[in-house]
Amino acid sequence: MSSTSDPATGRPGGARPPAWIFGVIGLLIALLLLGTGAFIWLGGGGTASLVGGPFVLEDSNGKQVTDRAFLGKYMLVYFGYTYCPDVCPTTLNDVADALDHLGPEAAKLQPIFITVDPKRDTPAVMKQYTAAFTPRLIGLTGTPEQIADAAKEYRVYYAEHRTGPGPDDYSMDHSSILYLMGPDGKFIAPIRADESGAQMATDLAKLMS
Amino acid sequence: MRHLVLGTMLFAVPAIALAQQNGIQIENAWSRAAMAGRTGVVYLTITDTGAPDRLTAASSPVASKADLHESFTDNGVAKMRDVTTLPVEPGKPLTLSPDGYHIMLTGLKQPLKQGDTFPVTLSFAKAGQVTATVTVQKAGGSMSMPGMPMHGGDTTK
Repeated sequence: MSSTSDPATGRPGGARPPAWIFGVIGLLIALLLLGTGAFIWLGGGGTASLVGGPFVLEDSNGKQVTDRAFLGKYMLVYFGYTYCPDVCPTTLNDVADALDHLGPEAAKLQPIFITVDPKRDTPAVMKQYTAAFTPRLIGLTGTPEQIADAAKEYRVYYAEHRTGPGPDDYSMDHSSILYLMGPDGKFIAPIRADESGAQMATDLAKLMS
Repeated sequence: MRHLVLGTMLFAVPAIALAQQNGIQIENAWSRAAMAGRTGVVYLTITDTGAPDRLTAASSPVASKADLHESFTDNGVAKMRDVTTLPVEPGKPLTLSPDGYHIMLTGLKQPLKQGDTFPVTLSFAKAGQVTATVTVQKAGGSMSMPGMPMHGGDTTK
């Protein structure tokens, strides 16, 4: 780039800009490329990892489990809580229905229910609760810090809503969206939690093909 | 087996799940399988053939508490809030159903198992108390399971 030869014009005695100009232009182009590269790298990488990421939680036997345990399979992740009488059971039942509709394709998919109420949702409670929907559903709990970290990775909002003075007098407000993650652990798409099992199966089949 | 159970429920549901008093009729009261000590739910349909009225409270011997609730999604966040009173009007059946209004049972004194029945008593401002029989479906079950058109076609053959 810094060569002073000019094969394009090559006319002797023609007005030529001084050599340092090329140096400056070269430097500006290099900076521009570097900036664009950094923008794409951060921006692009950021989009792909907006939802999901590493987590360390406890399975329903009280054993530590990380996101890496599910690599190689699609994950369908939902955050909720077992005291939830209405929305969570409705959603989890739709997930169980979707698995039935998917048939053999369902083997590619691991549905995961992560509690946002670790105080009440012990591993034993999670085990009994998830089994009532489908034995294929894995329930994960953890320390309040572990749950907070996992929720942060998935951009999930949750908060206690007090309904009385007793220790159990609260419900949980929580993001109610299903997250489909790829076999590489990366976010693919959100799935509406209020979809029927049949619709969910149709969406999942398309996204997993 | 599944069809036998569904068939049985088709006959059983309308027969036992109808309660009527002072122009208030309660139909299709159903619940979902749940663990003892935990929470449960009741859904039902209220038809008012008398004067406008208000549902003000609920109770059931299977739970230490029964509250009227509304579930809704606000900006992708599921929330559940107390409802103090629900108006019922003649000609406008009020259905408590998933992702809307429900009766939340807290502190279940016994596990609710699929196929079980239990009573729920609703208090109305004018009609007084009306008791209905609730049928327990599977965990996360939906009312479209028994007696709805989806399966109705099967049973007519």
